[in-house]
Amino acid sequence: MLIAIASGKGGTGKTAVATALAQTLARTGLSVSCLDCDVEAPNAHIFLRPNFLESKPVEMLIPQIDATLCSGCGECARVCQFHAIVVLGGQTLVFPELCHGCGSCTLVCPDGAINEMSRRMGILKGGLSPEGINFGHGLLNVGEPMAVPVITQLKKWRDYKDAEVVILDSPPGASCPVVESIRGANFVILVTEPTPFGLHDLCQAFELTRELDIPAAVIINHDGIGNSDVEGYCREVGLPVLLRIPLERKIGEGLAQGKTLLEIHPEYEVTFRTLYTQIAEKIAQLAVIEGVQ
Amino acid sequence: MKQLVILSGKGGTGKTSIAAAFAHLLSLDGVPLRAVFADADVDASNLELVLAPRVITREAFRGGLFANIDQDICTGCGLCQEVCRFDAIGDISMPQFQRLADRRYAELGMLKTQLLDKPVVDPIACDGCAACVYQCPEGAISMQDQIVGEWYRSESRYGPLFHAALRPAQENSGKLVTLVKQQARLLAMDGDYDLVLVDGPPGIGCPVIAAASGADLALVVAEPTAAGVHDLQRALETTNHFHIQTLVCINKVDIYPAGTAEIESFCQEQGIQDFGNIPFDLAVTEAMVQGQPVTLYAPSSPSSQALRELWDKLEAFLQNEGVR
Repeated sequence: MLIAIASGKGGTGKTAVATALAQTLARTGLSVSCLDCDVEAPNAHIFLRPNFLESKPVEMLIPQIDATLCSGCGECARVCQFHAIVVLGGQTLVFPELCHGCGSCTLVCPDGAINEMSRRMGILKGGLSPEGINFGHGLLNVGEPMAVPVITQLKKWRDYKDAEVVILDSPPGASCPVVESIRGANFVILVTEPTPFGLHDLCQAFELTRELDIPAAVIINHDGIGNSDVEGYCREVGLPVLLRIPLERKIGEGLAQGKTLLEIHPEYEVTFRTLYTQIAEKIAQLAVIEGVQ
Repeated sequence: MKQLVILSGKGGTGKTSIAAAFAHLLSLDGVPLRAVFADADVDASNLELVLAPRVITREAFRGGLFANIDQDICTGCGLCQEVCRFDAIGDISMPQFQRLADRRYAELGMLKTQLLDKPVVDPIACDGCAACVYQCPEGAISMQDQIVGEWYRSESRYGPLFHAALRPAQENSGKLVTLVKQQARLLAMDGDYDLVLVDGPPGIGCPVIAAASGADLALVVAEPTAAGVHDLQRALETTNHFHIQTLVCINKVDIYPAGTAEIESFCQEQGIQDFGNIPFDLAVTEAMVQGQPVTLYAPSSPSSQALRELWDKLEAFLQNEGVR
């Protein structure tokens, strides 16, 4: 079962929820993987403290022009949708940061002048946490614009998929890196806060889950600040609110120190076990409905 | 004209609340700075919720090209599927494409059985590279664009605001950010404005690079948490990579003193000016609920005082010390 944690707005507590859920499930004896898909600013490892044993570079195949074979016809530049190749005065130039690694140029080159070489754009790291969580995260290299390939490769790496439950901690926002993170998930938990910013971005994130056809529910974090508009919205669109986590100085301080919710409030273990049961039930119900159809 | 961008590695550190306060504060000076505002967080554009903009022009943003296979011409040879490196072409025996067939192809009035031996494209997975278009021996594939968002020029309570809304699940956010910023710059140049204030997105990837490029000065908002230094470092490496002069401020400075100390010593090591701190203050959230900058809503609150100090220093820095 793949459960993704997303939010729209940043700083609403995605990682706090993802790590608490992973920890709870590992303690019940389930095999759990947790993947931090926020490859621009990964933080989950701070809470789960995995022993990183393995790493793997994230590479993309980019064209390399053999000038002795290239006739300067410009076919490669013509098919490149990303303006990563330019032919100037008969010379073919490649801009690696713009290349998406699609291989189209190599396929069309009539001179066989393009070889592909790998370019490093980030790194994956993986290992077990003290609780036995199979953890992994990706780090996008600084200056590198594309986060998606790092997320794609992270999700395919090692034996993460074999776990009984896979927790995917998504980056903020509602565009392509989030799509890549939650793609294939059976369920998405949307973590929000009861403020106008939280609501605005929750709407975006919820629409995204609808676009991808993934069932979703909400956790309201920092409950007690703001207003009741998020609750109203959830009622209106039929989004279940599974949990409310209060705005509490003790929680804020604990998280700042790198403690998980379970370490701050041990009773949250029961809360998150209930949360998981609710999600598992919803997924099972949907599977039955689909089976009937 | 100077361009100031507000960034952070981690999301939710308070970029937008700070940008809104600056917008308010710069309107208060004896000789007010004339500024144009740009919300460069097009996935989660929240500045408009505080600046109360009145939209003047609204334009569609097209992009998000995806491959479209003409099922009448397609012979089902499967070459497109072979060349696609984004797993975006498949057939409906594969689960992720089954759902797609149910939804999208029903719109085209096609029966599932008609699609059994034909490849289908997942527009969300499609990267828009068009490799399949050029490889299809039948010429059955074309690229199709779609409206992926809108951008707006508005008049806000403190000056012109350029902002946008990217539709959920879309790519090209970097391009939309660039567009929003270019429009803001153009107006600022034409109208002889003093400042373009850019409220940036979180992270370090393509939208951030688009938001930061061409900035004269970046203000990175850090948070004193165990993750804070780590995220700050990545944000600083990014502005450094693009040679943008950078200052740091710490928001919610009092929630974890050890974290604050760590950030301060890190900044010192890096030779970066720690430009001022803002205390944790619920007035910030209350102001947001009221749709106001905190400096307007609660001018005597601790956060407002800190923001005023921060802005005064920043303004002096922008004007006097000169930005490289």
